[in-house]
Amino acid sequence: MSAPLSNEPNSQLTLRNVTKRFNGRAGLVTAVEDISLQVKEGEFLVLVGPSGCGKSTLLSLLAGLEQVDEGSIKLDGADVVEPGRDRLVMFQQDALFPWLDALENVLFGLRLKPGLTDAERTEAARYYLDLVGLADKEKAHPHELSGGMRQRVALARSLAPNPRVLLMDEPFSALDALTRDQLYGDIQKIFTQRKKTIVLVTHNIREAVCLGDRVVLLSPNPGRIRQVFNIDLPRPRRINDPALATLAADITTALSAHLAEPKEGLV
Amino acid sequence: MKTPRALVPIVIGLLLLGGWEWFVRSGRVDDVLVPAPTQIGEWFWSALRDGSLASATWVTMRRLMLGFIIGAAIGIPVGALCARSSLARDTIGIMSLGLQTLPSVCWVPVAIIAFGQNEAAVLFVVVMGTVWAVVIAVQESVLSVQPLYLRAAMTMGSRGWHLWLRVIFPAALPGVVSGLKQGWAFAWRSLMAAEIFVVILSGFGLGSLLHAGRELLRMDQVVGVMLVVVGVGLLADLIFFSPIERWLRRSRGLER
Repeated sequence: MSAPLSNEPNSQLTLRNVTKRFNGRAGLVTAVEDISLQVKEGEFLVLVGPSGCGKSTLLSLLAGLEQVDEGSIKLDGADVVEPGRDRLVMFQQDALFPWLDALENVLFGLRLKPGLTDAERTEAARYYLDLVGLADKEKAHPHELSGGMRQRVALARSLAPNPRVLLMDEPFSALDALTRDQLYGDIQKIFTQRKKTIVLVTHNIREAVCLGDRVVLLSPNPGRIRQVFNIDLPRPRRINDPALATLAADITTALSAHLAEPKEGLV
Repeated sequence: MKTPRALVPIVIGLLLLGGWEWFVRSGRVDDVLVPAPTQIGEWFWSALRDGSLASATWVTMRRLMLGFIIGAAIGIPVGALCARSSLARDTIGIMSLGLQTLPSVCWVPVAIIAFGQNEAAVLFVVVMGTVWAVVIAVQESVLSVQPLYLRAAMTMGSRGWHLWLRVIFPAALPGVVSGLKQGWAFAWRSLMAAEIFVVILSGFGLGSLLHAGRELLRMDQVVGVMLVVVGVGLLADLIFFSPIERWLRRSRGLER
């Protein structure tokens, strides 16, 4: 059911038989069950699935904000047990601090990174603000920026401390289509330039195909890996590319087929 | 040309004062009971010249400031503790909620018995007036900090004191300031009550001046001191709390 495990030594993020349960109103709910995955260095992995498939839970586990009940998550061989600077997160809402301006928001994570001078930190923050095209907005507070700009600042904030892995929890879902398309371009540009390992969670299959090297389809109740798709389209990809749309349609068909199956294991 | 916003209240105020003056002078009421604005003005002027008003205001403000600062200095960390630990919340938090509903005048008898008619007693009353409101406000505003901010900060490596000073406290600041303002208002009321009801031997404040006016049947002094009390409250709000609150709201985009 899960992707065949190949023991490649350079694979950096490893999930092995990960299970997570929550205490819900209807008793113990299994959010994700027996997930095994390997994310390679410099890979763009997308977790996609309908609501309730545990994709956000999986991301919280990777971020270390939640702990696994069974199985293990390892980054470069070390267990992931708490949040850390090596795995920064872009949230669905931008999560920028409203009392800080754009530059200070980007500096927040950098200030917590040891071994840098203040000048180096400011230089890095300016560099990343410039990378996301907001060099002229460093003094603006979050409320003075549009939704798209705020997510760009959030992206700069997550990239600036140079994490090993960038985790993205549906960061585009609250944006309008036009802004979203621009950000798809930006993310791909940064991904190819910076060779960053990225794990993105989304419910938008087209978005998944547009951004991912590999798309992992999850099914709900409980969240399990259903199918893994390798996306070999050349980059930069455009969301309206017909080849991309065809591939997305295939995945949508696969998803519908899984959802139509009689559900087993419902608690 | 647009009329300046301040002009309307000034004109209306002057008209009201003029009407009052005319009403008293026309002999329809006894000016011992209802002094005219000019009579109050005369008292005000003489009290300013002999220094009694300035010294009373100073004595009162010193007590208020000191009590307020002590109350806030106790209330902020205790409120933070209540937000952090459910044990503290179930004990100190509940107690604070109860004591906050107690009108702070009720502390006056306790203070007099415990400390005598001195500075410590007044200070105690002012601190009691401030501290519970601050504890509750800090507790509530820390508890309502968006969890998303904490998650974001923690992924970036913020923990412990850094998390408190750089994220939780700034996020809770608007609520904390409202709590301080409320604490200030309670402290101000309890201080006036203490000064009016009890002769505090260590210094004569505005409350004592008001009380003296009553003993002398000097309505002009009574009303005059009342106006000063109103003025102090208004000034504290206009030059201290309101600008801070407005700045906080503006810098976070909650107000234009």
